[in-house]
Amino acid sequence: MRLAARVGLELGSLKLDVEIEAEPGEVLAILGPNGSGKTTLLRCLSGLQPIDRGRITLGDRVFDDPETGAFVPAEERPVSVVFQDYLLFGHLSALENVAFGMRARGVARGTARVRAREWLERMGLREYASTRPRELSGGQQQRVALARALATDPHLLLLDEPLAALDASTRASVRRDLRDHLAGFDGVRVLITHDPLDAYALADRVAVLEAGQFTQTGTLADVAAHPRSRYVAQLVGTNLLRGTVTGTAFAGAGGGSLTVEAESDGPTYVAIPPQSIALYNNPPAGSPRNVWRTTVVDIDAHFDRVRVTLADPLPLTAELTTAGLAALDTRPGDSVWASVKATEITTYPA
Amino acid sequence: MPYLLVLLALFGFVAASCGDDSSSPSGSTAATTAAAAATSAAATTTAPTANPAVTGHITVFAAASLTESFKALGVAFEAASPGTKVTFNFGASSALVTQINQGAPADVFASADTANMDKLTASGGAGVTGTPVTFATNKLEIIVPKGNPKNITTVNDLANRAVAVVTCAPEVPVGKYTQQVFANAGITVTPKSLEPDVKGVVNKVVLGEADAGVVYATDVKAAGDKAQGVEISDNINVIATYPIAETKHVKNAPTSAAFVTFVTSSAGQAILAKFGFSAP
Amino acid sequence: MFFALPFLGLLWRAPWGDAWSLITSPDTLDALRLSIVCSLWSTGLSIVFGVPLAWLLARGRFPGRSAVRALCTLSMVLPPVVGGVALFFALGRRGLVGQWLDRWFGIRLPFSTPAVVLAQTFVAMPFLVLTVESALRQLDRRYEDAARTLGSSRWYTFRRVTLPAMRPALIAGAVLAWARALGEFGATITFAGNFPRTTQTLPLVTYLKLESDPPEAVILSLLLIAVSFLVILGLRDRWLGGFTSGG
Repeated sequence: MRLAARVGLELGSLKLDVEIEAEPGEVLAILGPNGSGKTTLLRCLSGLQPIDRGRITLGDRVFDDPETGAFVPAEERPVSVVFQDYLLFGHLSALENVAFGMRARGVARGTARVRAREWLERMGLREYASTRPRELSGGQQQRVALARALATDPHLLLLDEPLAALDASTRASVRRDLRDHLAGFDGVRVLITHDPLDAYALADRVAVLEAGQFTQTGTLADVAAHPRSRYVAQLVGTNLLRGTVTGTAFAGAGGGSLTVEAESDGPTYVAIPPQSIALYNNPPAGSPRNVWRTTVVDIDAHFDRVRVTLADPLPLTAELTTAGLAALDTRPGDSVWASVKATEITTYPA
Repeated sequence: MPYLLVLLALFGFVAASCGDDSSSPSGSTAATTAAAAATSAAATTTAPTANPAVTGHITVFAAASLTESFKALGVAFEAASPGTKVTFNFGASSALVTQINQGAPADVFASADTANMDKLTASGGAGVTGTPVTFATNKLEIIVPKGNPKNITTVNDLANRAVAVVTCAPEVPVGKYTQQVFANAGITVTPKSLEPDVKGVVNKVVLGEADAGVVYATDVKAAGDKAQGVEISDNINVIATYPIAETKHVKNAPTSAAFVTFVTSSAGQAILAKFGFSAP
Repeated sequence: MFFALPFLGLLWRAPWGDAWSLITSPDTLDALRLSIVCSLWSTGLSIVFGVPLAWLLARGRFPGRSAVRALCTLSMVLPPVVGGVALFFALGRRGLVGQWLDRWFGIRLPFSTPAVVLAQTFVAMPFLVLTVESALRQLDRRYEDAARTLGSSRWYTFRRVTLPAMRPALIAGAVLAWARALGEFGATITFAGNFPRTTQTLPLVTYLKLESDPPEAVILSLLLIAVSFLVILGLRDRWLGGFTSGG
């Protein structure tokens, strides 16, 4: 039951234009900042929002095709959603919540309750069957929401920021649990998140959504190693420059230049880990081929690390230890010398 | 925009249907008749009051059946005595006397029967200045919609169950009289509704909801050409006596006394006759 | 204090000695029974017609929606007597619709008990409509989305998600409508008239008693107040369960 979706939609100021493919058994993470269209995309896939252009199919069933006028509304799609705020029905117990989907589809009360109880058991929530949602912890609510979504035997499971509503301390353990529970589901799973850790822990593939379009797809390792947008670079914590490489000479779009190790030609992305940039008060001696004078724009302390932002035309962020910064004795506005080894620079075609 | 139009319509509707009749639940007025009678009365008035103490504002509580005639009397009085202003409160005599006994600020009370005036003069009542004087009499008449669709000719026709009759409730003077008339005629009438005042009866007949009603002769006249009357023979009819008096706690004594005098004067009596009242 | 004063006035003036015989007199009991039966009917009608109307106003998208809402509010601010007159023009023997009812079916509404129910519904329904509409507008639609993704049809969603969510507002609106219907006077006397056992509701009896025997009117007023008070008190907290999940 393969998911194949081409989604074209204008909604307010958002222009969504993406193409998704996912196989059963795989977890696809859609990663993106707020306002990128993640929720809208989820609503299109779940049937709450019709698309303007494109086609959504699951297996051989067409869910949405504006050209033929075919549209299957949400209540008729075998698609379940785990919502960001869980949206458990407050006037029903945990058991009744889980049984809701089955009852809505006409399953007899007794049968639905038995199966709901099984699901709660699987989630380790057996003794909470008659508890109201507001008396459950965040993590428990999430499990009930997941059980509720899975109890209807969907072919496609959508998870909208499943861990966003949790506090930092519970997030890690819930993430692990979620991974285990998802592993038991054999349909297509699409996860929407803004946290790369979620993607890392739960997903096989990642698609980065920015302003309604996918800027990158691939495994998380690929994406992290070769960011193609400022957003992703910031997400994985690396420096990204765009420009042209001729041979081993990189000319940045902003005007700076660097020498790289790998030879290539054409438009290129350049990724530099912040830790690879060294700062000096005086021009350094030795082997680095890339040495330049620049100004400190900002100094940002992060626990035991410090991030120093440097000025144009090579607007990079260097990471030093606190001790290193102290030795440098510099303030924003001061002049420094920066260097980076050509071997530490990763290049890939743009 | 549609909101505004609806609001305007509402104001128009309310303005048209609500008179200055604050205690009567039904809402029709015959302002034009009052004005017409008043201007003709003012023309015939020959005794303008020259007393300078007769000035200022008075409040007159009067029975609902006196609505049109008293409004005309008020206009004529104000024209004859410049500087005066008469404000009326029309309603069922029983309701009015209750209000006055509870302290409502009435200078003059004109009742549709002596029983209610007695409630004012009795011990425990708010009391009157001087003695009440009868200024008019009124007899009952059957009122039917224009064209008399059910062909009512005598009061006996009202006993017919196919005729939708409305009368006033027995708690109100005219209602009590109506019961007496039916008793005098030896008939049993089952009304469709017992209205708290004559305006209610008149409205229902005029709107075509009732085939006949029993009200005062003056009410039939007041309904103009929207309805017509069928006389009740005098031998079974009831004559209502209308007394008028200044209240004990009158605020503007000179003007109130002048008003009472005006009502009983030939000018006042002429106006009352125009509306269908008989002499006392 | 402002609200308590009139009640205190009534309590002070009440002739307690005659109270019991008056309350249990056949006229009073008839009127009370009629008042309660009619007000319950009109509350029922208000719910049956009012909830869909509230839904339309809250969710519907049709031209003239604001005009419809204005009409609803209108009948709330209209003096009840004007409402009664309006009902005449529509449903009286010679009214817009009424004349056909008479001609074709022999149905004459004025002076009948159904007319009382109609008059009461006319004045009371807007209270329910506006209360429910307001609640519907404030509902978090995402719960309905969640239900739909679980396979719930629109009707099932309405029944098991929306309705429970607005139950407090529905109860509050119904109580308001019922109380308004119970105390309704102006439209009733104008459109339905006044006749014992058929159309003479307790407020009408009270008004008439005020003319002939004011102390008795006081007792009857207190009776009306007591009945309303008991019902409102009884429903105070009971049906207000929480709906949203803590999350």
